Amino acid sequence: MKAAEKKQTALQILAEYRYTPPKVERGYANQTLYVNVSDYTIAAKPVDEKMKHTFVGGRGFGLWLLWNAVKGTTRWNDPENEVILSSGPIGGTTVYPGSGKSIAVSLSPLTGTVMDSNVGGHFGPLLKFAGWDAIEVQGKSDKEVIIFVDGNKGLVQIIAAPALADDNHVLPEQLLELFAETPEDRIGISSVSTGPGAEHTLMGCLNVSFYDPRRKFVRLKQAGRGGIGTVFRHKKVKALVVKYIGVKGDSNGPANWAELTEVGKRMHREIYEQDPIMNDMRSNGTPYLVSIMNEFDLLPVHNFRYGSHPEATKLYNTEFRKYFSLGIPDGCWYGCTLACSRCVERFQPRTGPYQGQWVHVDGPEYETIAGVGSNCGVFDPHAVLEANFYCDAYGIDTISFGTALAFAMECYEAGILNKERTGGLELRFGNAEALLETLHQMGQGKGFGVIVGQGVRRMKQLFAEKYGADPAFLQDIGMECKGLEYSEYVSKESVAQQGGYGLANKGPQHDEAWLIFMDAVTKQIPTFEDKAEALHYFPMFRTWFSLNGLCKLPWNDVEPADNKRKYPPRLAARVPEHVRNYIQLFTAVTGREDVKEPEDLVLMSERVYNFQRIFNLKMGFGTREHDAIPYRSMGPVTVEEYESRAERYDQQLREIGFEPEGKSTEEKLAALRKYREQRYESLIDAVYKRRGWNAQGIPTLETVKRLGIDYPDVVALLKEHLR
Amino acid sequence: MKVLVFNPQLCDGCHVCEETCSQRWFKEVNAEKSAIRISASEDQPGRYQATVCNQCGECIDICPVLALTRDKHGIVRINKKLCTGCLSCVGFCPILAMYIHPDYVVPFKCIACGECAKACPTGALSIEDLPEAPLTETEKRMKVVAS
Repeated sequence: MKAAEKKQTALQILAEYRYTPPKVERGYANQTLYVNVSDYTIAAKPVDEKMKHTFVGGRGFGLWLLWNAVKGTTRWNDPENEVILSSGPIGGTTVYPGSGKSIAVSLSPLTGTVMDSNVGGHFGPLLKFAGWDAIEVQGKSDKEVIIFVDGNKGLVQIIAAPALADDNHVLPEQLLELFAETPEDRIGISSVSTGPGAEHTLMGCLNVSFYDPRRKFVRLKQAGRGGIGTVFRHKKVKALVVKYIGVKGDSNGPANWAELTEVGKRMHREIYEQDPIMNDMRSNGTPYLVSIMNEFDLLPVHNFRYGSHPEATKLYNTEFRKYFSLGIPDGCWYGCTLACSRCVERFQPRTGPYQGQWVHVDGPEYETIAGVGSNCGVFDPHAVLEANFYCDAYGIDTISFGTALAFAMECYEAGILNKERTGGLELRFGNAEALLETLHQMGQGKGFGVIVGQGVRRMKQLFAEKYGADPAFLQDIGMECKGLEYSEYVSKESVAQQGGYGLANKGPQHDEAWLIFMDAVTKQIPTFEDKAEALHYFPMFRTWFSLNGLCKLPWNDVEPADNKRKYPPRLAARVPEHVRNYIQLFTAVTGREDVKEPEDLVLMSERVYNFQRIFNLKMGFGTREHDAIPYRSMGPVTVEEYESRAERYDQQLREIGFEPEGKSTEEKLAALRKYREQRYESLIDAVYKRRGWNAQGIPTLETVKRLGIDYPDVVALLKEHLR
Repeated sequence: MKVLVFNPQLCDGCHVCEETCSQRWFKEVNAEKSAIRISASEDQPGRYQATVCNQCGECIDICPVLALTRDKHGIVRINKKLCTGCLSCVGFCPILAMYIHPDYVVPFKCIACGECAKACPTGALSIEDLPEAPLTETEKRMKVVAS
């Protein structure tokens, strides 16, 4: 008996389900997998044409399955909450770059409502090839379990987890060894797991793995946002593991392979030619953004007070490149030649349980550098990499961690916190040692780290109640909306981006819209109607990626050489040729003939987007007051913030007829604030109107009828709120 | 390493090489299934150019699953069993000499078998032994040689 078989024989199987793996046809396996870890039910649920037409896949499937699983009163830690992962019909395509994403959906511990978070790695595609368009995990186990799907054998098992590591530097490697029967199997195995930090905080991420055959270790990508990892651990799920050996170019069952090869070949060639002279994602990854953001005053510094810092050059991609191993494939799914998944192969942490040992780090992404770096005033690439490593190992979202810690640091510097209250942590901006110690505390579930791990919204409440801090000040500087921490861009000078953040369904993540350049730099969208149009088109268009298992980056982080010459700026921003690629790609995979124009993609997204808005309503949110944003994201809160960019703000006051000369900074702050807050409200009015929502931000009955999502329970819910 | 070498001075554009190649490997006469493609020269009217693999090995570093390796003769070969059909190698070949045909899910390329050189009526094609190409990043790591 082989060693791996022996290991598996020793496992305690709690439940088992056998099935005949269906052939994937036109992007769908046509069934989803339901697993209940309370009573060990394992079942197949059919996917019908209506579900495919309305929800497409990915985030859409996740929302629909969760909608049917929870009530309006369900809380994140109730057993009926679920963790769902689904890729989408294009997901698993190997010929087109960025086609291997999965979307995780759950009720979030941070927001209390529905969350979606996209992630690379091989899980979603392999799950589909194993015969499942989605996996839905419900219940709460009384012991640690692993859910194992063997797509070659047609077998699903709930297994009592044997003694395995908690931290995710080791656990995914152990899972690989446990389930790979031969070394060749490794490439066909992907796991979903998270670490101890996910248990001790509300900002746990999911780590999704893939095996790197050249580096010979497991790589990790994160579904970071909204604490889905925390839900995962609350259910006592140790890991989901899928195994499928035999991925081929046509495993996804495309309707038209010839068309698919055509569009895929064209895109690979474009990346070959254009990427080196554009963003050089293949060498830089997303860290290329740091210099751009710093130069345009958009890089969050010291809890979003400022948009640049003289020391930020230490966090530029040129500094991180010294650490990266390059020149070999770095896609998080086959065929991604944009290859942005950076890897530091040999890294030596200076603190924590891996102090002095050689480890590898997946990343850093721009968001991590800005979040744990500049926003916390830490301009040390080694410290950023170390925080990145431990966030992944502990299972903590780097964005929420960075933004929450930056908030705590500002509270410390403002005297709301002190060493006594933090248990000895000197949380000053720039204190990398304290940053890492906070992180280790999260991993261990002790000390002030646990408080930071509750997120900004809960810290605001706690600091006001316990330490008598001014709630209004905390509201102004606490960078959260809907309970989710902001991702890492300064939106002060772009009202459209303020809306991009404030109106995002899950909370302030930039994946719905990134409009800062077109709004504030190139000024392509001057009127509120223009901005509302952008806040209709871009969030809908970008939602489409999450329905299909696609990554956003190959859409506009590389462009055809003639994109900007051929099209006027507002159209060029949509990258029309890539939109055509997506139509061709979708049609080639699904064979659907009703998707011909960009508007058809937008319509597909609109259904799901509005459904998600209504889901928020079902959970007790989803109305105008929940789209309110902290003033820090709109303008300067403090005197020193104003004075740091006084010339800019004074000029703006003059333009609105307020003469700044002779006025105190406080007077100017107040005048600017009044103006900017009014603009945000005007923007919201315009966007609601454009999206077919009422003044409270609720989709109207006409809108849901037009979109075909007028299910009886949706209509009943809306009627209740539209009265 | 063995490489198919093309001499534009001798080619008269008869396309016999394409026919031979597709017949040898795909059992049909179809230029789109040939690993060598002859076209009119853009720079020199009346002359021809060939697009065919020069065994540079850059594709080895592009393949996500190590399906591309160099054999003991220095020829870059595709392991069909490992290939996931992502076509990265097709898009990233510097000279566009990696091909895909919609009848198949695995790309194909010249492996310097020499059939076309034998068939070429003008002697424009020959198999030559050229100096080894530098090791790719992958080869440095894996030291893998296809048998």
